[in-house]
Amino acid sequence: MGPSGGGKTTLLQIVAGLLEPDGGRVSVEGAVSAKDRLARCALMPQRDLLLPWRNALDNAGIALENRGVSRTEARKRTKPLFERFGLAKFEYVRPAQLSGGMRQRVSFLRTLMAEKDVLLLDEPFGALDSITRAEMQYWLVRAMDEVPRTVLLVTHDVEEALLLSRQVVVLSARPGRVVRILDVNHLAGESRREIVTSPGFVSLKEQALEALES
Amino acid sequence: MTRATQDAPPRDHAKDANGKPMAARSRAFAWNYGPAIAITLAAIGLWELIVRVAHVPEYLIPTPSEVAADFKSDWSVLEPNLVVTLREIALGFAISVVAGVGLAVLLHLSPTMRRAVYPLLIGSQTIPIIVLAPILVILFGYGIMPKLIIVALICFFPIVVNGIDGLRSVDDDLIRMMLTLNGTRWSIFRRVEFPAALPSIFSGMRIAATFAAIGAVFGEWSGSNQGLGYVMLAATPNLLTARIFAAIVLLTVVALALFGLVSALERTLVPWAPRGGKNQ
Repeated sequence: MGPSGGGKTTLLQIVAGLLEPDGGRVSVEGAVSAKDRLARCALMPQRDLLLPWRNALDNAGIALENRGVSRTEARKRTKPLFERFGLAKFEYVRPAQLSGGMRQRVSFLRTLMAEKDVLLLDEPFGALDSITRAEMQYWLVRAMDEVPRTVLLVTHDVEEALLLSRQVVVLSARPGRVVRILDVNHLAGESRREIVTSPGFVSLKEQALEALES
Repeated sequence: MTRATQDAPPRDHAKDANGKPMAARSRAFAWNYGPAIAITLAAIGLWELIVRVAHVPEYLIPTPSEVAADFKSDWSVLEPNLVVTLREIALGFAISVVAGVGLAVLLHLSPTMRRAVYPLLIGSQTIPIIVLAPILVILFGYGIMPKLIIVALICFFPIVVNGIDGLRSVDDDLIRMMLTLNGTRWSIFRRVEFPAALPSIFSGMRIAATFAAIGAVFGEWSGSNQGLGYVMLAATPNLLTARIFAAIVLLTVVALALFGLVSALERTLVPWAPRGGKNQ
């Protein structure tokens, strides 16, 4: 988590193996070269970037098709996820007809279908209104319970970072440096309201904000 | 992305909701084409009026009604020549689409090729292609070949340039994302770049469609014994002006039909494309 312009997106691209760092070494589950990192990471960009000429299902299954799986087979494998993740009946709808939240769901499933070990989410809900964003955060937590993956999420929203993560690394503004690492493991609660107002959460949020201000 | 169609007339889905498909369709047609048809009719009426009032002789400027009459009396001359020109336009245009899209793809996939060929491509456009017509006639004779080459050369350029632009217009973020989704160069081209370029390719084809008739006529003027261009050339010394106008009308109709065909094909193949709304 960090303010805009701190290089968060660049960092994700380096981790993904799309860029090489000018210095230092990036290791993703032991993979050091850009090519090997690329083979382990799937990137969900800030904007959903769904292809307007593909329906939701075919957008979500594009990684399978890229691997040489036939479209019929890709659909067969992607469809169950649509049912599990609140997208049933939207399979054959074009992206233009989907709401922002729905588009992000499809975009997330597309990332998931790449079947990579590590998911890199770049401010996935940044463009959504706060109500939809809260909904999507809940949705993502549930999705991750069902299909656990290592996720590296970039955000500038303190609450989002704390709600979704086990560990929050706070970056400073330019140049982006690590100013604080917070462990969020012990957060648990029945509802979002309960979590957000719990003393543990409030204290973590305070620490995060303080780290950002320094 | 904003939907540009909101102030447009009722379209297909509205039509279904109405339960009055024909009424909705003709309303949309009137909305789209009504003004242009009105202006055309007014211009024709004005032309008829001025020529009649000023007593301009038919061999100088015929009235629209004289041109219409000529269609009837000269149809036996016009029809076979129309077929000839139509074939030149259709084949030449088809060649230009295949060659234009092919070259655009090639230059897109190979940066080296692009650096080598693109400047030459632009440079080649400074040669007025029409002046090549006599040379092509010397090389290939009076047959269809030189006409096809000229039509193809004229139509080819807007297709290549629009094609290359379209292929390059793809968002870098999209390419990066595809790379992390097991995308290879080929799969990115096939699933992202080419579909994304289709609207541009069709723009180029629509421009080319309006050039095709010009190319065919110039080809015929440089050396032929058939085709609408030849009809016009042969009619000139005989002052058969109404026949020349009839040939022009036919060429216009052919060009419009080709344009309409390309647009219809685009609507079928690229239903997702953003459209300018009203009069596309």
